[in-house]
Amino acid sequence: MTAEVAPAVSGTISTEIVLEADGLTKHFPISAPFSRTKKAVRAVEGVSLQLRRGHVTALVGESGSGKSTVARLLAQLYPLTSGEIRLHGQNVAVQRGWAHGRKFKAYCRRVQMIFQDPFASLNPVHTIRYHLTRALTIHGNRGDDLEKSLADLLTRVHLTPADRYLDRYPHELSGGQRQRVAIARALAASPEVLLADEPVSMLDVSIRLGVLNLLRDLKERLHLSILYITHDIASARYFADETVVMYAGQVVEGGDSEKVTQKPAHPYTQLLIESAPDPDRPAVEEKDGGSGEPPSLIEPPPGCRFHPRCPFAMDVCRTDVPPRFELGDGHFAACWLYREEAA
Amino acid sequence: MKDRILEVRGLDVDYGLGPDAVRAVRDVDLTLHRGEVLGLAGESGSGKSTLAYGMTRLLPPPGVVAGGEVIYHLDDGTTVDLLRMRDADLRRLRWAEIAIVFQGAINSLNPVQRISAQLMDVLKAHSAGSTPQSRQDRARELLSLVGIASDRLHSYPHQLSGGMRQRVMIAMALALEPRVVIMDEPTTALDVVVQRQILRTLVGLRERLGFSVVFITHDLSLLAEFSDRIAIMYAGQVVEEAVSADLYRTPLHPYSDGLLRSFPALKGPRRELSGIPGSPPDLRMMPSGCAFHPRCPRALDVCDEQVPVLGQSRDNRSVACWLHPVAVS
Repeated sequence: MTAEVAPAVSGTISTEIVLEADGLTKHFPISAPFSRTKKAVRAVEGVSLQLRRGHVTALVGESGSGKSTVARLLAQLYPLTSGEIRLHGQNVAVQRGWAHGRKFKAYCRRVQMIFQDPFASLNPVHTIRYHLTRALTIHGNRGDDLEKSLADLLTRVHLTPADRYLDRYPHELSGGQRQRVAIARALAASPEVLLADEPVSMLDVSIRLGVLNLLRDLKERLHLSILYITHDIASARYFADETVVMYAGQVVEGGDSEKVTQKPAHPYTQLLIESAPDPDRPAVEEKDGGSGEPPSLIEPPPGCRFHPRCPFAMDVCRTDVPPRFELGDGHFAACWLYREEAA
Repeated sequence: MKDRILEVRGLDVDYGLGPDAVRAVRDVDLTLHRGEVLGLAGESGSGKSTLAYGMTRLLPPPGVVAGGEVIYHLDDGTTVDLLRMRDADLRRLRWAEIAIVFQGAINSLNPVQRISAQLMDVLKAHSAGSTPQSRQDRARELLSLVGIASDRLHSYPHQLSGGMRQRVMIAMALALEPRVVIMDEPTTALDVVVQRQILRTLVGLRERLGFSVVFITHDLSLLAEFSDRIAIMYAGQVVEEAVSADLYRTPLHPYSDGLLRSFPALKGPRRELSGIPGSPPDLRMMPSGCAFHPRCPRALDVCDEQVPVLGQSRDNRSVACWLHPVAVS
């Protein structure tokens, strides 16, 4: 599916690749009663991406485009249908079952996830101290002085003084503070990779940037590589070094954030950027930009999955899945429009 | 100046009764003019939805409207106070004159009834003397108005996508040709592409049918593009109100300014953004003076002592902030 795994990328951006996904595919089978044909929701199909040390990679897409599934696959919360996950070049896809618990735990220590809803991801009947102590103990980072380790964690996420927060319950904290606690809990494992699944979309507008700036600060100080999943392409431009755009389970475009947002190559990315609210737009111009809606993933359209909505669709788009075409400087688009340019 | 159609004066809304009551909306004044889109922006918990339900008397207990008046200007030039009308009179007015599109179309449509039944129900209840055939024709017309093929009339809600369901909700709200449509976060659950399609449809319809819209959302950048005037709410109060372009270009209240700086831009230079430090206040323990002063980067001494009042200033703007005392006179 992704025959051309971009070698050019590693040439231009020199930092080391920490976590790499190659051809990730996830099908969720649907059980229909009285039916012998096996159907499946093709949620993620051949997604390849690389997370680099000290870099933020944004994964942008509409709801249902499979971006959260990619995060869960990378966290190994779902078994893969096919594809490979490599941590520092080694295949780490964990098998299910008893014997593999230890391997999974070792993986978790290095790759941690932050969830969207800080109201649901903390246990309401336990204090912040309990949450963090548990994370430290499980991952063997308790150290000699537990109190000091706890205070360090909270200081890292700018919840100071620590003793003001340690014995609080989640309901006593605001949404932003809760998300900071969730980040602190992820940091308790001293991971190399953070997978942040819409970390700010449940938070109030005025405190979103505080959390994003905190994550960026952590990235710089701890050299974390962060996968930032979002539907808001403007925040991807603000926060991420690289941006990857997904549509209907496939990666359609990727590259440097500034390039992807300022010179979008794929028609879908162009549509996404045109649709973002823009107060500077001269009134409401009546241009019939995007029509239609994302396709069903049970029987996705053949060829490029975007072709039914694409204003530039050609014959080849209806039959053949476009590979990635390189556009220079690590920018790529999976669209037949760039066949000549890349050749 | 255009005609006024809906005026809210000094509206207070509480949750609970007696000394434990929490005041969610505090002394709000708003004016909606004919044919205008008034944006109501604020964070969650700022009281924007409570305000909308309070002024239409749709607030479920423990919500209580504690004071104020909501003046509606009828076609014949007379005015009525929605908060003091008899229930029967209000029932006639609702939907026919003031319609609401609720947040989350998935929860607002009945899953076991076809959308045709739900659309025609409204017509049956409000327009006496209509025949089933005429109702069905009208339902088809309404669907095509919001851009849904009329052969979807007999679909169940689960057969439609999120965007189409939201369009059905808008069609329902417009069924009786109301003059005021209140939209509570109409596109929050939708994707940007679908959101833009729906808002475009809505703006087009407003021009054709000439209704006014109160558009409630937390997304200020969306309002700046789609509304004529914006009122910003913080902790139950309107802190600033102005023409969209003015508010976007020169916000006067530090909160509006901070809110605008909380949205990363897609175009132009990449700037460092800070958001607003702290978090919105707990309505049970409101700070003294201006509710925003603990988070305000430009707070003065007077801010924690006296509550600034929303007052008209030059250029048809109003702001409740001690930095702009001219406005308070």
